[in-house]
Amino acid sequence: MSSSTKEKGLSDYEIAARRHELKTNLLLCTPALIILFIAASGPLFVMLLYSFLTPGDYGGVEYYASTEGWFKVFLNQDIFDDTVSLADAHLSIFWRSIRLSLLTTVTAIVLGFPTAYFIATRPLGSRNFWLFLITIPFWTNLLIRTFAIMEVIRNQGVINNLLIWIGIIDQPIQMLYTDFAIMLGMTYVYLPLMILPLYASMEKLDFSLVEAGYDLYATRLRVLLKIILPLIKPGLVAGSILVFIPSLGAYVTPRILGGGKNMMLGNLIELQFGQGRNWPLGAALSITLLLIVAIALLFYVRNVQKSAARHE
Amino acid sequence: MNKMRRTNTFSVRKLPGFPAIAILCFAMLYAPIVVLVGYSFNAGSSLALWEGFSWHWYYAAWQNDQVQTAALLSVVVAVQASLYSTILATMAALGTTRTRPYRGQTAIYTMINQPLMVPEIVTAVALLICFAVIKQATDYRGLIYLVLAHTAFCIPFAYLPIRARLEDMDKSLETAAADLYATPWRCFKKVTLPLMWPGILAGAMLAFVISLDDVVITEFVKAPGQDTLPTYMLGQIRRAVTPEMNAISTALLAVSIIMVSLMFILSRKKSRE
Repeated sequence: MSSSTKEKGLSDYEIAARRHELKTNLLLCTPALIILFIAASGPLFVMLLYSFLTPGDYGGVEYYASTEGWFKVFLNQDIFDDTVSLADAHLSIFWRSIRLSLLTTVTAIVLGFPTAYFIATRPLGSRNFWLFLITIPFWTNLLIRTFAIMEVIRNQGVINNLLIWIGIIDQPIQMLYTDFAIMLGMTYVYLPLMILPLYASMEKLDFSLVEAGYDLYATRLRVLLKIILPLIKPGLVAGSILVFIPSLGAYVTPRILGGGKNMMLGNLIELQFGQGRNWPLGAALSITLLLIVAIALLFYVRNVQKSAARHE
Repeated sequence: MNKMRRTNTFSVRKLPGFPAIAILCFAMLYAPIVVLVGYSFNAGSSLALWEGFSWHWYYAAWQNDQVQTAALLSVVVAVQASLYSTILATMAALGTTRTRPYRGQTAIYTMINQPLMVPEIVTAVALLICFAVIKQATDYRGLIYLVLAHTAFCIPFAYLPIRARLEDMDKSLETAAADLYATPWRCFKKVTLPLMWPGILAGAMLAFVISLDDVVITEFVKAPGQDTLPTYMLGQIRRAVTPEMNAISTALLAVSIIMVSLMFILSRKKSRE
């Protein structure tokens, strides 16, 4: 370090000034980092510790080491004959969470892609207005938006009433408290998270490349698949990650729209801290969820690095 | 003939069907909210039958003691959390922008943005565990847990606009002030702070909205009786719902929309300067 700075020919004064700057920078960041450590990252480590303890009888934990919490994430031990089997209930909830999150992501792409493209091809002056229309729902309360969806798809809700009034159906369709309701709700609340990054990469799209494609007799579909799609891939990946991750950890939306039966991971975790009274299992489930999220994020980072390397 | 017409209207930017899906998408985003707001003015107590316009449910919500307490608590927590997180985020932004890259900077970014990456339910449960230990050890059950948790997850939201603002400012004005023998503190107070003020304001408003809207973390951290407006609503949704809920929702929506619009205006001001 010192040899390299000397090579650059820095005077002692400059070195001191740099040191001072670094010290000030770190001092400025410290208070925020302390609060974040106390109330965001630190608790995750405590939770990791808790996942290896024994559950207390009335919630909480006994301070005896145990791997039972982790054991129960995927496996079940019969109380009577001690046979071990896969925990079907947990596995089906894992599967539902992943399946619904993927479905939500795909639906968000199908709806969000044309919308982002539409905004990106508006004249410059009106683009901000359309973007603002997307941003508003994004910053409004998730609970309220879920509640709004619930009102619309209830048995006596607007959709069913309208369909009955037109005469297409005479009995209301049960939409609330189904997997479909959860997926619809998650698509609704996370859609802006797909549109905004998609727009950000479409805004930079060079349309002369598109024009070149048409000049070379490419069809619209071919231009879309071979020119537009590869160019906006970073936005597509970012949007998918931004929709997939919160969907996977969703708690409010499945609680309201899924009812008691159609649980997702977030609700299963909550259950262990409530009626389930198995904090170590809840902690182990949370860490499992965190690991899935970490894998998704790693996939994203690698993708970004690859495309960055290609552009260099 | 037909072919000629096609070439006339052909545009490289157009993709068939896309505008239709986009319009559908906008309609889908707003229709449920419109329905929700609409029924808040229903004179009857049904969420299906329209019985005429009335302010009745707003009045009922206003008179409801539980709603009053919850609303007050929401504001108390949000004001404190946004104030603290904005101060902390401003300092952190000053320490991470317009500087020579230093070792540990990436680690600091990661830590600041961590609340955005970890699913809320995971943070909520982890906080529940931690605070349970502290509560048992100290027997203190006040508001500080809620304020602390909210402050932490508001930091990244306050940080983003402040950092964006700082990155747009060049250092020449501050250098000029320093050349004219202004002390670092005076230079900060008279030059840096006024310039970054729109960013700070935008960050504070964002933090306020985020804190005001939080459900999951509040639900797990709150002590019994510490309901904020969203957790109160979450509890009520499970029971019979009247348009009173729509009235409360509409009021909360209005606050968010006003805040976000103000923020939008503030950040546009930046780009014009």
